[in-house]
Amino acid sequence: MNVLLPWAVHFALACFALAMFLGLLRLLRGPSAEDRILALDAMYIDALLIMLTLGIGFGSGAYFDIALVIALFGFAGSSAMAKFLLRGEVIEP
Amino acid sequence: MNGDLPLWAALPAALLLVCGGLITLIGAFGMYRLESFHARVHAPTLGASMGMVCVLLASMLVSSALENRLVIHELLILLFVFMTSPVTTMLLMRAAMFHRRG
Amino acid sequence: MKHRAGVPRLPFFLLLAWLLLSGDASLGNLLLGLAFAVFIAVAARPLRPLSARPRRLRAAVLLCCRVLVDIARSNLAVAGIILRAARRPPNGGFLTIPLELRDPHGLAMLAVIVTGAPGTVWAKHDAQSNELTLHVLDLDDRTDWARIVKQRYERPLMEIFE
Repeated sequence: MNVLLPWAVHFALACFALAMFLGLLRLLRGPSAEDRILALDAMYIDALLIMLTLGIGFGSGAYFDIALVIALFGFAGSSAMAKFLLRGEVIEP
Repeated sequence: MNGDLPLWAALPAALLLVCGGLITLIGAFGMYRLESFHARVHAPTLGASMGMVCVLLASMLVSSALENRLVIHELLILLFVFMTSPVTTMLLMRAAMFHRRG
Repeated sequence: MKHRAGVPRLPFFLLLAWLLLSGDASLGNLLLGLAFAVFIAVAARPLRPLSARPRRLRAAVLLCCRVLVDIARSNLAVAGIILRAARRPPNGGFLTIPLELRDPHGLAMLAVIVTGAPGTVWAKHDAQSNELTLHVLDLDDRTDWARIVKQRYERPLMEIFE
């Protein structure tokens, strides 16, 4: 009877995969370096959401830990790259 | 997949998942489609705020219903993403302003 | 981190996070979490000697609810702008808003709130003149951003932090 949730999980997974693909296109196309980092930032959020959705779909708690690790490392990576672009302004007021 | 979930949890969770997926997709579409970087920088925030809230609420509902107790450790991810994702956005905005000027 | 009437708060939040993550509140786990929380709080103290003094818990909770509502609302607004962008490209631009808030923690909170809500990004803050430059996705819709930032966010933050 309860086919609603699996259907919603599949729909959400399709949405996140498509969102990740659009991020990938922006990453490849990019014109500036900031665009590429913005795309990477959005893609790690999408990956995080995919992991959480898979956790809902399979009813397993293990995906939560993966999502937490992605959140921690994704932020460290993208903010480090953004800070790298900013270098030089540290000296200039 | 879990078919033995009670309807009071499955229905809102399904609704939240659909909402979260759509709003994240709209955000990604905006990031792909909008014209200038200054406009594009706004778009992924959609997935990081509302998409994240929707999916985490759905996850909390489903795991609470499955384990028959209140599971709220998803709030940690929510708090962390809410605190950190604006930082990256601000740094990118600063970098873009710095590069456009010079 | 910060002390008010001798109550340190960082260890408390660390303990809470520990308990949430491990998922059980037995005595042994509680003691282990407490030990870690106190150790990390003491070890992290030299990293940030400047301490915040948040007061008025009720104002803080009220602000949190308000921010959540505003985030939901601006999500829908920005989604509409993106979907309509093919016909009518958004007219983005910068706004300058003079601020009265001086406390660095309050300013940091304001930056996170403004940037976390879709549609606005904190672009620059001039420490001398205390002026905030805000980038707005669409200047055409009749939203008075200066009033929103000053009345809805800055006022409660000044209450909490100053």
